[in-house]
Amino acid sequence: MPEKTMPRTWDDVQTVSQSKKGVPEGLWMKCPVCEETIFRKAVEANLWVCPKCEHHLRVSGPIRIDQLLDPGTFEPMNEEMAPRDPLEFTDLKPYVKRIEQAQGKSGQNDGLQTGAGFIKGRKLVVAAMDFNFLGGSMGSVVGEKLACAIEEATDRDLPLVVVSCSGGARMQESGYSLMQMAKTSAALARFDDEGGLFISVLSDPTFGGVTASFAMLGDVIIAEPRALIGFAGPRVIKQTIRQDLPEGFQTSEFLLESGFIDRIVHRHELRNEIGRIIDYAGK
Amino acid sequence: MMTLDFEEPIIEIEKQISSLKERDSSDQYAEEIAQLQQTRDRVIQKTYASLSPWQTVRVARHPERPQTVDYVRMICRDFCELHGDRHFGDDPAILCGFARIGAMKVLVVGHNKGRTTAEKIACHFGCAHPEGYRKALTKMRLAEKFGLPIVTFVDTPGAYPGLGSEQRGQAEAVAMNLREMSRLRTPIVSIVIGEGGSGGALGIGVGDRVAMLEHAWYSVISPEGCAAILWKEANEKTNELAARSLCLTARDNLSNGLIDDILDEPVGGSHRDPAGSARTIETWVIDQLGELARLNPETLIRRRFDKFRKIGAVTSRALPAPTES
Ligand SMILES: [Zn+2]
Repeated sequence: MPEKTMPRTWDDVQTVSQSKKGVPEGLWMKCPVCEETIFRKAVEANLWVCPKCEHHLRVSGPIRIDQLLDPGTFEPMNEEMAPRDPLEFTDLKPYVKRIEQAQGKSGQNDGLQTGAGFIKGRKLVVAAMDFNFLGGSMGSVVGEKLACAIEEATDRDLPLVVVSCSGGARMQESGYSLMQMAKTSAALARFDDEGGLFISVLSDPTFGGVTASFAMLGDVIIAEPRALIGFAGPRVIKQTIRQDLPEGFQTSEFLLESGFIDRIVHRHELRNEIGRIIDYAGK
Repeated sequence: MMTLDFEEPIIEIEKQISSLKERDSSDQYAEEIAQLQQTRDRVIQKTYASLSPWQTVRVARHPERPQTVDYVRMICRDFCELHGDRHFGDDPAILCGFARIGAMKVLVVGHNKGRTTAEKIACHFGCAHPEGYRKALTKMRLAEKFGLPIVTFVDTPGAYPGLGSEQRGQAEAVAMNLREMSRLRTPIVSIVIGEGGSGGALGIGVGDRVAMLEHAWYSVISPEGCAAILWKEANEKTNELAARSLCLTARDNLSNGLIDDILDEPVGGSHRDPAGSARTIETWVIDQLGELARLNPETLIRRRFDKFRKIGAVTSRALPAPTES
């Protein structure tokens, strides 16, 4: 793979322009990393990986599921589950407004798609987070849908694959969001007790309460290349330690070297690799 | 004693009292002193009965507020500290040890903020590193093995955000504690005694019973962190707004079903009467552990699971139609 410059911080990554459907719009697009102008259709056909520099662009939950599963095998679960505003939270904008806008933009009720399907003929339960929906943040709906998906995998004795892509917990649901970390982790404990296989796939970015709960609890943890993954965001760390972060800090490669993930897998190989792991460890 | 701005009227009366007491002929002022003391108590009561959420956060951070070590000293007998995560090091930001409370033998786990400057620096102001969370889990497994119930004291602004903590897997350490605490086959009771900052707090807070002291706070993020992100700037005004919006007080958390109990503090906060606060906590711990001891391990962990499993606020609606681009 050619050498390229990584976006330095998660904030840099967030500035990549995204359309209403969660992917860049227009006939041509500019890769945020190598800055080459590329034909949009070519990037799409390449699973939203830049053909010039292999940068893995962020994809929405529905696109991720499309990419991962055997065509036509997805049976969605709990699509109608939607957020409430239990704390009547208003910052610069009311939370209900933010929800409405995100729903309009994504065509989804919240930031996690779950369901059953097949990968290379292997049946499984799958969940994919959607960064396009309020930064992929975990509120009650994400936590509840994920807990239901974990229980579905437990009850039906199926492997579970969760693709994470999130800035962390959803502040607008405060304590409710925080407790989703305990809820999803507890559901995974039961799945583990029953011998279930959980493959956690980390994509760019995965942070905060998501990393510090289900995302780091995979039996096997896979990350896409050069994804930013961590507990605290780079900005918070920089403010705390008052120094610049080292090159490559909190990347997939950094996590592999530190011993916290099992494999880095190119998006093109994700289906193969998941199938392979299920063959070794699934029931 | 350090003064919080909203306590200034109280301090003013206290000054008057002590200046009267210092006079040679203080006997003549006995009545006046008694009156001033009554006034002071009334003002304290009134102030503390109507603290704003942001004021609550500042009481929870009061430098003289009792910490885990203080409660251990006041509540526990024969505390036997247990160090180290057996992998990397010994994080002083989390204190663990065997202890006796009432007639019971327990394991105590708590965040440690430190009192002196040197202690505070060593404890990173109560922000634990991964080795702290791993130490807690190692000792909690020990408690499970030998049938000791676990008492945790939560008091942290959050897990430490730094280079070493990321490199050593802060997220993995917290995640592991959440998963494992949910299935430990021994009773767990947790008390948020000061600050309950996010995942770093929950990392030792997955209990069968969770209580908050009256003026503690517990939330997904600190008000300043929230203000900096959602209001673009943390200042007195936005901190106040964020603190209110986050519903971080004991009362809010209880009414939202996120905790099980509120423990009343002495009038004017635990920093005015640490021993009074300790007695309240001791009584609660003994009561709760007494009740939990009657449950068999299967029932215990099923109920613990159900308690967290049901938390969430969701509704149902048809899939939205995407707006045209
Ligand atoms: Zn590129």
